Amino acid sequence: MKATYVRGTGNTRFGRIEGSTPLTLMAQAADAALADAGLARADLDGVLCGYATTLPHLMLADRFCEYASLRPAYAHGVAAGGATGGVMAMLAHELVRAGRCRHVLVVAGENRLSGQSRDQSIQTLAQVGEPQAEVPNGASVPAYYALLASRYLHETGMDADALSGFAVLMREHAAGHPDAHLREPLSLADARAARPIATPLRLSDCCPISDGAVAVIVSAERGAGTPVRIAGAGQAHRHQHLGAIDDVMQTGAADAARRAFAEAGGDVEGIDCLAIYDSFTITLVMLLEELGLAPRGQAHARLHAGEFGRAGALPLNTHGGLLAFGHSGVAGGLMHLAEAARQLAGRAGERQLSKRRRALFHADGGVLSSHVSLVLEAMP
Amino acid sequence: MSHAYTDGLDAGVVRYQCCDDCGAWQPLERHACRACGSLQLHWRDAGGLATVYAVTEISRAPADAFRPLAPYTLVLATLDEGPRVMGHAEPGVAIGDRVRAGFLRFGEGTLLRFLRE
Repeated sequence: MKATYVRGTGNTRFGRIEGSTPLTLMAQAADAALADAGLARADLDGVLCGYATTLPHLMLADRFCEYASLRPAYAHGVAAGGATGGVMAMLAHELVRAGRCRHVLVVAGENRLSGQSRDQSIQTLAQVGEPQAEVPNGASVPAYYALLASRYLHETGMDADALSGFAVLMREHAAGHPDAHLREPLSLADARAARPIATPLRLSDCCPISDGAVAVIVSAERGAGTPVRIAGAGQAHRHQHLGAIDDVMQTGAADAARRAFAEAGGDVEGIDCLAIYDSFTITLVMLLEELGLAPRGQAHARLHAGEFGRAGALPLNTHGGLLAFGHSGVAGGLMHLAEAARQLAGRAGERQLSKRRRALFHADGGVLSSHVSLVLEAMP
Repeated sequence: MSHAYTDGLDAGVVRYQCCDDCGAWQPLERHACRACGSLQLHWRDAGGLATVYAVTEISRAPADAFRPLAPYTLVLATLDEGPRVMGHAEPGVAIGDRVRAGFLRFGEGTLLRFLRE
């Protein structure tokens, strides 16, 4: 099988972008990724496009390709909730490995903040719940994650206050990125004093809703500079709804990572950079611990020891993650991949970490329902 | 639209699916048994007793219809028969509490609402 490389990345700024549409945002991100990769439009022979809640469409990839003047040999939309970005990158990796495509554009973006009311957005997202038994209770995505959080804190003996440190760290990291949605610092005291949304989660435990787009080009050829290869990929899908989760300690995250490491070789001990989905602080804690990056109930201890900071052993979401860089749907989850690739390639500008060799990307969709792990590696 | 689960709530019972072949209970609604793959699944009435598995108090209702209720308590409760269901609950319930299903007319439907046993 051929090697595959994350050859280019591009993103718009995240936040409120008045007058934007999913098509304009995706086009800007794609232009930036093409420039970064040193490729022309005509070089792209594959396009994978994430869904956009503000532009539901039967064939968004075709609509986008027409708008952006792309004529790929392979294109379609993909939907796996928050895992979509990683799932598209995994598919691009497979398409390139199999020889079907040489240069695949993975792109997503939407005007999730400015294109609809907050209630509309919350209602759309709530539909990941079960329509007869869950959604009619007046439940929403924060409620689903709050229920998960209550159980997880109960089983691990963690205090809700322990979650706040992750919100603070993501703000600290976002402050270093000019394109981030929430760049103002957040103190631990302010995070803990934030208004409750759904106990034990406070506003500071929830990501914002943003406009924005991200694009990544997965290629059979190395570009300029340090090549970053996709060394392994894996998924897991054990349930869709909260009512069908057997055990909050085994949601599928570890299964996906095991499959990714089976392809890449090695394990979490060899990882020195993290890109982990963080729709809520509890999401981040549950994923870090199920992935084996911290013992159960101890992710906050590693955080307080400074290990997830820029100077730590395992820098986490150095762009600020969904909690602070922002969440514009599929693009929000794809941004973690773009950031990890930039760090490994030594192209993260002022945010550049000391030399990193291997990053673990993980994302989930729904309520820890769809999982995808990717192992990225800087080539010598 | 008619559905075994919501019709059950309207009639004052919590229903769940069970496999005729292996006896396994099913979470939510399935086409095939989670344990043996059998297609012989049928709805049964649960007794209504449950244990609180997870709990949250919602301050920000997601839709206008629920704003008058806020703040309200939602739980995941494990029925004695096995399945875990989502419902409202009286304020102050905690994980591990024994609860009994109650039924509250709300708009066009019925809300499952657990009370401490």
